[in-house]
Amino acid sequence: MSLRGALASGRFAVTAEIGPPRGADREAIGRAAAQLRGWVDAVNVTDNPGAHVQLGSLAGCLLAAEAGLEPVMQLTCRDRNRIALQSDLISAATLGIPNVLLLTGDHPVFGDHPEAKPVFDLDGVQLVWTARMLRDEGRLLSGRVVEPRPDYLIGAVENPFAPPARFRAARLGKKVAAGAEFCQTQFVFDVAGFAAWMRQVVDLGLAERCAVIAGVGPVRSLRAHEFLRTKVPGVHVPESVGRRLRGVPPDQVAAEGVALCAETIAQLREIPGVAGVHVMAFGYERGVPAILEAAGLARRIHAG
Amino acid sequence: MPSTSRQGPRRTAEGWPRPVRPRLPARATFALAPLLRPNAVYRAVAARLERAPRALRLFTSVERRSKEALFGCRMCGQCALPVTGYACPMTCPKGLRNGPCGGVGASGDCEVYPGVACVWVTALERAEEAGHTDDLTRLQRPVDQRLAGSSSWVSYWLGRDEGLWTDPTLDHRTPVYLGVPGIRP
Repeated sequence: MSLRGALASGRFAVTAEIGPPRGADREAIGRAAAQLRGWVDAVNVTDNPGAHVQLGSLAGCLLAAEAGLEPVMQLTCRDRNRIALQSDLISAATLGIPNVLLLTGDHPVFGDHPEAKPVFDLDGVQLVWTARMLRDEGRLLSGRVVEPRPDYLIGAVENPFAPPARFRAARLGKKVAAGAEFCQTQFVFDVAGFAAWMRQVVDLGLAERCAVIAGVGPVRSLRAHEFLRTKVPGVHVPESVGRRLRGVPPDQVAAEGVALCAETIAQLREIPGVAGVHVMAFGYERGVPAILEAAGLARRIHAG
Repeated sequence: MPSTSRQGPRRTAEGWPRPVRPRLPARATFALAPLLRPNAVYRAVAARLERAPRALRLFTSVERRSKEALFGCRMCGQCALPVTGYACPMTCPKGLRNGPCGGVGASGDCEVYPGVACVWVTALERAEEAGHTDDLTRLQRPVDQRLAGSSSWVSYWLGRDEGLWTDPTLDHRTPVYLGVPGIRP
């Protein structure tokens, strides 16, 4: 079943993330995809994450589709002006990419080319709006007609934890008004904080128009914990996570992180309005099935 | 996910726009703003300025200096200040006009400039203080890059700014009317 189908049927959706390789490696995406096949409804292919150069998202999506996974193409405003963004949306639709996830993108200052020119000709909200107009009105920003129209599901992102926290539900509201049909969130480690945000999302009437898919991921070492906590902009890791990981013998930290991830998923499933989870495992794709199983999520019906 | 950068410690960014906290308190700004509202006199002045390039340059430089001093204005030429609590979104390193990015630090700092408050955190505080929070839920149309450096007051008085943003998006059960965002109504 497709992501669109899963969300439409109200079944708890599962998406995962694949980071494309930096080299011209034709097999890397397929290897990661093979670990996930049958367990997820769709897989995101990132767009030069953290402003680090990698294989492009569109190419990665085609390789994921070839490996039997439905792709979600991530597209950021960081490196492209409105001409390139619209062109990439049309390219994605033409090549049969069924889902796009539209983001503002990290600032290049965090990447491997901090001296690069940041573009940000549009922002994430405006890109969602543009994608929706392209699809629903069949028009470019210029007003020129696009025929046939693209047909993709439009996704956006939100970080429920970043200040100003009291504006974060309203900010998702702007993306929904612009056309977002699903939203994948930043890592959730603070389930109570997430639930508070989710209550506002439901109260604003957003959850019925936009499927909220909560971001999760296993933290498998103290180093990864420290990195997430201090180096990744906008990730909120409460003290309790570090305490728990430090509380077990070093050789059990990985297992503890995996268990924590599965518990988080199980808790998120109980929160009203949550439509699914998005598992960001970064190179640990092989462990994703076990995490999902431990969280009580069965293998998808159509196993690739 | 970002991996470690190849050149070790990150050099401080200086070249990008840097968030600015307005020098004028929120309520005072909102109280003074009506002085600039379009009227017959301003319209006539703006129309004459457009026919007099030298006078327009002088006028634009006065506008730039005053707005730079008060708000850190970057002369995008399509002023969003009236609906952002008079905190200039163009001082965001990403130039985000629709609200903060997801990278704002736990203390409310800009991700690019640690120690400097995110301009949208400032905008929300000011909008709340002045009772204009709903303005922040308006959808802002894409910036017309051709207008950089031009006078937004002249555009405002001549009524060209009217399509910059939508109505507030508060009730998500009734869809907001969205025109093609690049085309100003």
